[in-house]
Amino acid sequence: MRDKPYKPKTWKELPYATITDVPSTFNNTGTWRTVKPVIDYDKCISCMICWKFCPDVAISIVPNPKEGAKFDEVPKIDYFFCKGCGICAHECPVKAIDMVQEESK
Amino acid sequence: MVKTTVPRDEYMMQGHVACQGCGATIAMRYVLKALGDNTIMTIPACCWAVIPGVWPQHSLKVPLLYTAFEVTGAALSGIEAALKAKGQDDEINVLGFAGDGGTADIGLQALSGMAERGTNALYVMYDNEAYMNTGIQRSGSTPFGAWTTTTPVGKKKEWKTEFKKSVAEIMVAHRIPYVATASIAFPEDLYAKVQKAKSIKGPKFIQIFSSCPTGWKHSPDITVEVARKAVLSHMFPLYEVENGVYKISQKPKPIPVKEYLKLQGRFRYLDEEAIEKIQEHVDREWELLLKKEEFTQSL
Ligand SMILES: Cc1ncc(C[n+]2csc(CCOP(=O)(O)OP(=O)(O)O)c2C)c(N)n1
Ligand code: SF4
Ligand code: SF4
Repeated sequence: MRDKPYKPKTWKELPYATITDVPSTFNNTGTWRTVKPVIDYDKCISCMICWKFCPDVAISIVPNPKEGAKFDEVPKIDYFFCKGCGICAHECPVKAIDMVQEESK
Repeated sequence: MVKTTVPRDEYMMQGHVACQGCGATIAMRYVLKALGDNTIMTIPACCWAVIPGVWPQHSLKVPLLYTAFEVTGAALSGIEAALKAKGQDDEINVLGFAGDGGTADIGLQALSGMAERGTNALYVMYDNEAYMNTGIQRSGSTPFGAWTTTTPVGKKKEWKTEFKKSVAEIMVAHRIPYVATASIAFPEDLYAKVQKAKSIKGPKFIQIFSSCPTGWKHSPDITVEVARKAVLSHMFPLYEVENGVYKISQKPKPIPVKEYLKLQGRFRYLDEEAIEKIQEHVDREWELLLKKEEFTQSL
């Protein structure tokens, strides 16, 4: 798979039609967001239910940056991709995720 | 390491262009988690033909062949024939991933052909209960009572007046080795069913209930809740049929169908009489399913 998106200057530089190896991970779908999920790590119990249901795979499981914490791993939201659907906040069993209004830019 | 209920590998990448809160993407995520990357997939015209991204971008980590709306089943037989010619048909999973319109309606004969030919492939129907990609037209899989753009509700009430066609039952009638229904609200069950299908040779069919905030007119944050309540109200029962033997995956004490219907704008016009009619239909279908399970145990 390519590590850079195509930036063709003319059509001749395009890949051969219908065959492609360009991943979608250059797509900044985070710009679609109007509300933003924010995790309160003091409440989070690392059940990973938010991770399980995110339709955009925008939540990953990462080592807990806090030393000596109860859970060695925590969910982390990638705002480059998160579309702000709110499923994570709705499904979280301990209401650890808040949906906050995005600031207008 | 914290324990997760499903494996962590991902074969659906970020950056896809599905609507906010799209249920069909959760379906894809878990189907591919269970099949792994040793898979060749075909997708006909449907939302999922658009979701991977604007060409040349692509959000799936498996080879994908786009095909015409009505021919998913035929494309599966074609891929299987190619793999057979190369002597690789035992090593590689073949997957068709199609919408409900492409399965229950226009693609039904190709699907039937594939099943009758005994093609070794898994056909997944992600069921968002209408032709969503082209703007919410009713399909054979749209339930009774739903508003769609072709069953509009105005002063004269004209929601869909036919009940949902059961493609799973049609596939059971083909006597294929494995048929199942699954839901995006129960990923562990969905994952296990795809894993089981993967281990069986021959045609397999799984229908996955995939809520659609855009077409069903509910807010995107309740996508999973809507799908869950469809199962809890017996609107969409989860079961599998292995060689003709039925096994109901969960038998929840039912919540009233109204609890499910009221979450969605597409049902907001329904009067008590129509809701009562849906409840009766659902209760009857559930009875029938229980009887089928009992009846087929001795097989
Ligand atoms: C022969 C043919 N007729 C019509 C179309 C236009 N078309 C493209 S996608 C689509 C709707 C697909 O609906 P469904 O299979 O339910 O999948 P969904 O979009 O809901 O995911 C239609 C009508 C087409 N591509 N080919
Ligand atoms: S669902 Fe809530 S408690 Fe569970 S991991 Fe996510 S934020 Fe933490
Ligand atoms: S708001 Fe939606 S897209 Fe964003 S992290 Fe939560 S579930 Fe994923």
